[in-house]
Amino acid sequence: MVNFSRFKLDNGLTVLVHEDHTTAMAVVNILYKVGARDESPDKTGFAHLFEHLMFGGSVNIPNYDAPLQAVGGENNAFTTNDITNYYITLPANNLETAFWLESDRMLSLAFSNQSLEVQRQVVCEEFKQRYLNQPYGDVWLKLRPLAYKVHPYRWATIGKELKHIEEATMEDVKAFFKKYYTPQNAVMVVAGAVQLDEVKQLVQKWFGDIPSGEPVVRDIPKEPQQVEARFERVKADVPVDAIYIAFHGPERMEADYYAADLITDILSRGASSRLYRALVKEHQLFSEINAYMMGSIDSNLVVVEGKPLPHLSLEEAEQHIWQQLDRLKEERIEEQELQKVKNKVESTMLFSELSILDKAMNLAFFEMLSKAEDYNREVEKYSAVSSEDILRVANAVFRKENSSTLYYQSNAKEHVE
Amino acid sequence: MLNRTVPPAFQSIKDITIIQPEEIVYKNGLKAFVFQAESLDLLKFEFTFANIYTQEELAYLNPILSSMLKEGTQTLSSKEIADTIDFYGAYLMPEYSLDHTSLTLYTMHKYADKVLPIMADILRNASLPQKELNTYIRNNKQSLQISLQKNDVLARRYFYDAVFRGTRYGVLPTEEKYDAVTREQLLNLFQHQIYPSNCTLFIAGRVDKPIHDLVSQYFGEDWKNEQKELNANALSFDAHTTEVVVVEKPEALQSAIRLGTTSIRRAHEDFPALQFVNTLFGGFFGSRLMRNIREEKGYTYSIGSYVGNLKYTGFFTIATEVGVASTQDTLKEIATEFDRLRSEPPQQEEVDLVRNYMQGVMLGSLESIFSHVDKFKATYFSGLTLDYYRYYSDVLKAMTPAKVQDIAIKYFDYDKLYKVVVGKV
Repeated sequence: MVNFSRFKLDNGLTVLVHEDHTTAMAVVNILYKVGARDESPDKTGFAHLFEHLMFGGSVNIPNYDAPLQAVGGENNAFTTNDITNYYITLPANNLETAFWLESDRMLSLAFSNQSLEVQRQVVCEEFKQRYLNQPYGDVWLKLRPLAYKVHPYRWATIGKELKHIEEATMEDVKAFFKKYYTPQNAVMVVAGAVQLDEVKQLVQKWFGDIPSGEPVVRDIPKEPQQVEARFERVKADVPVDAIYIAFHGPERMEADYYAADLITDILSRGASSRLYRALVKEHQLFSEINAYMMGSIDSNLVVVEGKPLPHLSLEEAEQHIWQQLDRLKEERIEEQELQKVKNKVESTMLFSELSILDKAMNLAFFEMLSKAEDYNREVEKYSAVSSEDILRVANAVFRKENSSTLYYQSNAKEHVE
Repeated sequence: MLNRTVPPAFQSIKDITIIQPEEIVYKNGLKAFVFQAESLDLLKFEFTFANIYTQEELAYLNPILSSMLKEGTQTLSSKEIADTIDFYGAYLMPEYSLDHTSLTLYTMHKYADKVLPIMADILRNASLPQKELNTYIRNNKQSLQISLQKNDVLARRYFYDAVFRGTRYGVLPTEEKYDAVTREQLLNLFQHQIYPSNCTLFIAGRVDKPIHDLVSQYFGEDWKNEQKELNANALSFDAHTTEVVVVEKPEALQSAIRLGTTSIRRAHEDFPALQFVNTLFGGFFGSRLMRNIREEKGYTYSIGSYVGNLKYTGFFTIATEVGVASTQDTLKEIATEFDRLRSEPPQQEEVDLVRNYMQGVMLGSLESIFSHVDKFKATYFSGLTLDYYRYYSDVLKAMTPAKVQDIAIKYFDYDKLYKVVVGKV
């Protein structure tokens, strides 16, 4: 159970405070409700590039990092398809430094040309390091446009191509900041060795006079229902074949999200999970296999991916995966197995409560979804899932016409045959 | 009117205090350290064994033994172990480092009595079944093939091979070695390594009387000490300085650069100062390497240097991946940064920033009782006491620009590094 208080400034900034006096540290986590889904198709990768620019100095503070490091703090950020999240960890007695830095960059960036220039290059190197110069690194650059035809989830946060990042202009940067980086489009969580009253007073002092900006109006196209199976085969210089099957599944806020998430746990969480047990251990068909949910706010994906052993063709690999999925559709799961995945959810929750940063991020995320109170109801919601729910959701999700299958085929293997 | 150009006043950062654990020595030679956290509903049991090497060149067997421990006992199958551990929401994690092998059990307090017997059975009766070994070998050969496509992995392997050559630390897995592994070798290693007097147990969480009793029964009494004596040899390391070794990858978009050398260990009096200079040089986001090569030049997504501590040596290493067109320039800039570090003392301001940053990181690294265990282990296995952290803090406070330069001259020499580039120059 994570206790917290909530207050809101006149400019629309929502603030949550979670006191935890077992630590000497404080966390300031700011979530901006903007991600790659807010980009236009010809300027992809921009939300993430922008995240880099947030460290390039603000209107009154030329350097963001050094003053924070000088008071013993650390920071980082990440961008997803839905959100951009910035976080600071620092000794709690220096909390005000975090507010000073974060409020100034919420007020206005310095919009330095040099920073834009360098960060375009840095992000291009990141693109190469993580997506292009790695075996299987470009999988999501292929799988997203296969699974999504309309929704902006069809591109990855890094962007569709290097060119989009190379062509980003200062004009784009300014417009993006004005539209999305406003108090009313942000959720701030302050956690750790802090006092609610002090936080209130300091937040008012540093954030109170930031103009509220205009409300963000989203007009994101809805992904139409998929009606036929999709398939793509790519060949690459990788040593081993791989297969990826993506299904559309319940959205993050739908009741069935929890059943779908438990289904992926049944399939691949831990050494006792079905796919691992059957396909890796008993029948020795795969070297790796995994199932997981993307957890996206809009149209979500349930993904199964694996690397078959050399003697197995991708077609056979696909059939073996489907046998396991069909089992979930046909046989009601035993209570013992369902209880197992629920117990794992419970213990994982206890572990995440050990970290003030994890707690702060989770509170911010749930506040963005709807309300932070929901974070404390997660275990309950997973517990409420029944074996009928599992059966029903498995049948709704694991249908050929709801699937996008990618064969990632090794050039090396072909030569052998 | 708020003046936003003036930072809030700096408040000095507190030192850390590590919890002194309760020490228990059982009759069979098992030593346990208990870290109490009354309000926690989780427990951690970490059984750590000193790695034993029957032959130095067979060091690739040790990580295999570590992974294979939970794959079956005389009476429990791999599946039965996995089912029970997962059912109770527990985690059973083999961990392997160059000096230690450990098996860690995380469990909710309420189910400790359900999962501890499994741990006890594994430590006493692991059977390392042939079928599970075959699976392990097959899968690890496949993931090795994939890793060997990654330039950064290759560069790291060249580094380990050159700098630790002839010792256990330089032994790397290959497909041929995997093919040659036998169950008999692993059973032999199990007998030489997994026994009470070669084990240190770290317990953290709410360790009440019932938990004490369970541990004492399963691990203090029922576990018999049947050690086989082996003579431990101290290791020695040759210097491996080179010109830059280039491993051409014509298709590469980025080059992986790796530099490094052996260095002092944690028990050496200069170690905290070395960590300080390393942090300033390449050890954090605001370091000189990051500021120059990423934030000014944009050659890379990331560059970092790292100081490692092993039982028989320390080491220092730098790693980055850069666009192929920037490979030469990056090497030049790294060399320039070494020169600058040795030839001129840093500004006082930079020294103060690094000190405060490191004090903040130290304070933040104590997140839960589990981090106290990690801090304790780091000193314990270096033959130090918890006083080390006071010494570390004193050294940080005493760092001056002149001291930074002294340490740089002593330990940071570009010419004495092994250097490799995998990609294109």
